[in-house]
Amino acid sequence: MNSTVIVFPGSNCDRDIAVALEKMQFKNKMIWHKETKLPKSDLIVIPGGFSYGDYLRSGAIAGKSLIINEVIKVANQGCLVLGICNGFQILTETGLLKGVLLRNKNLKFINKDVNIKVIDNNNKFLKKYKNNQILKINIAHNEGNFFTNKDHLKELNEKKLIAFKYCDENGEINEDSNPNGSIDNIAGIFNSKKNILGMMPHPERMIDNLVSNTDGTNLFSSLLN
Amino acid sequence: MEINEKLVKKHGLSLEEYSSIKRLLGRDPNFLELGIFSAMWNEHCSYKSSRKHLKILPTKGKQVIQGPGENAGVIDIGDNDAIIFKIESHNHPSYIEPYQGAATGVGGILRDVFTMGARPIALLNSIHFGSPKHFKTKSLLNGVVSGIGGYGNCIGIPTVAGETKFNSTYNENILVNAMAVGHAKKDKIFYSKAKGINKSVVYVGSKTGRDGIHGASMASAEFDENSEDKKPTVQVGDPFTEKLLMEACLELMKDNSVISIQDMGAAGLTSSSVEMASKGELGIELNLDKVPCREDNMSPYEMMLSESQERMLIILEDGKENHARKIFEKWDIDFVIIGKTTKDNNLLLRYKNEIVGKIPIEALASKAPIYDRKWTKKKLPKKKINSKKLNKLNLKDAMIKILSSPNHSNKSWITDQYDQMVMCDTIQKSGSNAAIIRVHGKEKAIAVSVDSSANYCKAHPLTGGKQIVCENWRNLISVGSKPLAITNCLNFGNPENPEIMGEFAECLIGIKESCEFLNYPVVSGNVSFYNGTNNKNIWPTPVIGGVGLIDKLTKPMNHLFKKDNSTIIIVGKTFGHLEQSVFLEEIYSDLDGQPPEINLNNEKNNGEIVLDIIKNNLVYAVHDISQGGLLVALAEMCIGSKLGANIRKPKKLGNIFEYFFGEDQSRYILEVDKKNLTKVEKLLENNNIFYEDIGYTQREKLEIEKEMTVDIKDLCEINNQWYKNY
Repeated sequence: MNSTVIVFPGSNCDRDIAVALEKMQFKNKMIWHKETKLPKSDLIVIPGGFSYGDYLRSGAIAGKSLIINEVIKVANQGCLVLGICNGFQILTETGLLKGVLLRNKNLKFINKDVNIKVIDNNNKFLKKYKNNQILKINIAHNEGNFFTNKDHLKELNEKKLIAFKYCDENGEINEDSNPNGSIDNIAGIFNSKKNILGMMPHPERMIDNLVSNTDGTNLFSSLLN
Repeated sequence: MEINEKLVKKHGLSLEEYSSIKRLLGRDPNFLELGIFSAMWNEHCSYKSSRKHLKILPTKGKQVIQGPGENAGVIDIGDNDAIIFKIESHNHPSYIEPYQGAATGVGGILRDVFTMGARPIALLNSIHFGSPKHFKTKSLLNGVVSGIGGYGNCIGIPTVAGETKFNSTYNENILVNAMAVGHAKKDKIFYSKAKGINKSVVYVGSKTGRDGIHGASMASAEFDENSEDKKPTVQVGDPFTEKLLMEACLELMKDNSVISIQDMGAAGLTSSSVEMASKGELGIELNLDKVPCREDNMSPYEMMLSESQERMLIILEDGKENHARKIFEKWDIDFVIIGKTTKDNNLLLRYKNEIVGKIPIEALASKAPIYDRKWTKKKLPKKKINSKKLNKLNLKDAMIKILSSPNHSNKSWITDQYDQMVMCDTIQKSGSNAAIIRVHGKEKAIAVSVDSSANYCKAHPLTGGKQIVCENWRNLISVGSKPLAITNCLNFGNPENPEIMGEFAECLIGIKESCEFLNYPVVSGNVSFYNGTNNKNIWPTPVIGGVGLIDKLTKPMNHLFKKDNSTIIIVGKTFGHLEQSVFLEEIYSDLDGQPPEINLNNEKNNGEIVLDIIKNNLVYAVHDISQGGLLVALAEMCIGSKLGANIRKPKKLGNIFEYFFGEDQSRYILEVDKKNLTKVEKLLENNNIFYEDIGYTQREKLEIEKEMTVDIKDLCEINNQWYKNY
């Protein structure tokens, strides 16, 4: 399985995701944003970080970069695309995913391990998880407060396009278990074809028991076959 | 512009210093030259008051690759791996403009570390604020914490440990100390010493603006009621540019293009060029027309004194210019050859085809003034404590009061604002004795901790200086690492006051004694004087940042109880020293008396055995007993783990408060599985180490025999309240 990680100026989780992909046996390439061609790949990852320093609006400038046109092209052809944290923000800026990521409700950067629930595993990204499985995953963002309009929300629910929701350790989805104010506790969503996943939590940080846990590994192994 | 007395004083120079300048130049300086002297001769850059005392610190050892004098200290951790680290203050700017002051403090210390060829792997900080009741404290706390987070999170270096303290002594002069730790290959370390004549001097990084002009001079004077006016001297940070600059520099450092490299920190272009030339015993010539400027019509004076952030000066090998330029173009970073090295030992400045300044390098560096300021010794305060009045108190109430106080409450409100996990090598985050960071791709790890205890240093600087090194050492031991070396940030008041100078001199003697005894050398550091406003000085606050090595990381050790029904033992003797304790301060607002004594022999022996015990996998949890004493330490072991403990009442010690809140040094609490107890006891006995079996772990409750019982749930609740409500 060939993966490609797009590196923008200011990306800072690019090494972390590369380590994770290689550990999970992906053949990975890093592509600098000034490139205009993508190598042939089965998975494209847009990593976390602060592309362009979050200036103007997180993800806004990266969403207009040269390489992103190529990403849009292959994504529309069905290539798998994963956007984590700033990657999710960039995907919403390109329009590949609908909705926006607003400033966290408490107006502060939040870094902590949170519980998220797998909402629907009937897709290429999450098939190795069980439905309603609770994962403990690290979040680290300033703008992770997902918001969208009623029609899109309805579509997300009806077409089972919600990947994860924030919950507590018992799986309860409520205001107390919502770290950033996201609508309906949404932590990650798919596009309508389910070949694009955007998520605020960092699965690449959860692949090593010494560092944290291994709750993130199944996301990568789901993609492998 | 005519140079007169007023102008000289405005530049922070004394008239005697001005006479020396004239003597060294053999003429009057022009305005630009005066500015340059002012930037190089101020306290912050010249260490003129501290240098004499700093000399006594031990700086050598088998583990030391580079001691003080470079951008940062370097230590050897084996297999061609080196750790590069330093701590620095950004107190004055942070008080004036908390967000930018703290952010640029982080940015500056990161540059010191990656300038030497290291990839930064961890950030730490020590921040001290005034009383929570002071009207400024809340906004300063908010600003500083978001500034530290804002910079570190964006550049993508985890902020893994630190300390936050409140005390009215910092009401009008907060402390913001930032430490950075990096990893490099031992054979790929870069220094600031220039070599060779006619080599290209290259400016890389952000453009030069009018910000931060005279920042270093501001940091070398006390505040007064007009300090708000100094806002324009605070620099503005751009972590995004720094990230690009860092990646570009590290990419350039992969081959042999760089002769020497120096970041433009305090006193910007002036100090970086002078330092490189001075170390290389060369001259340097700069063409100021070439300096990338953010604004039009910047004068040579402004260019030379600007402290705009995210800039570096590099001296390149011949013929490497184009190769280097390509790397910086890739990262969209300015790259301009602005000068060359020369053999005539002058700083020569050209602007619009004229020579606008010419100063012998040695006049700015080695001939800068050094002062042997008057200082007075501090006597050990007399003990005075009436232990009778203590008995009316209830042990539980006292513990609750301490654990719900600003200084001892859970600080996740702060640490949750820092990305602690980026880079994915954070094995242990803040909140434990020390953070643990894995060396990327290896089995080994380093442990890092920053510590201070200003009240001990105030009461008796010599003992305080000694204690703080030991406490830092203890914290590193507690996570199973071998302490290797320290960096120090020496925050003091006005050195022209003999009492303050005495605090400085004696703290250093204390630091020296401990460092020498523990083979724990000082490899880098920073002095911050003039911390005070209108003649009111802060308490002496030396901050120690230590680095230890864990050869083989299998199970990281921390302070949380792991299992019920294991034995709890204290290593080290409890005498019940209450003066200067958290207990007396929080409960009685009593700040008198002497700090606990340090016995360096016990410190070393106890620590080495505890490390041995951890390495032999004989304990579940280890916690050092520090501020707050035994009961606070036990509570901390419960709070994170949700397990409790059942503790016997001591048989011998008369006063229960002395036993449970005394701050006797060199003590550790160990959680030992019953099956390992004999082994542990034997190890301790064979080495003549005093220990006490005090009880066992249990579920749900922290209990002291016949004295108190408290639910761990309630304990957590109590500990979590303060920041939520502030």
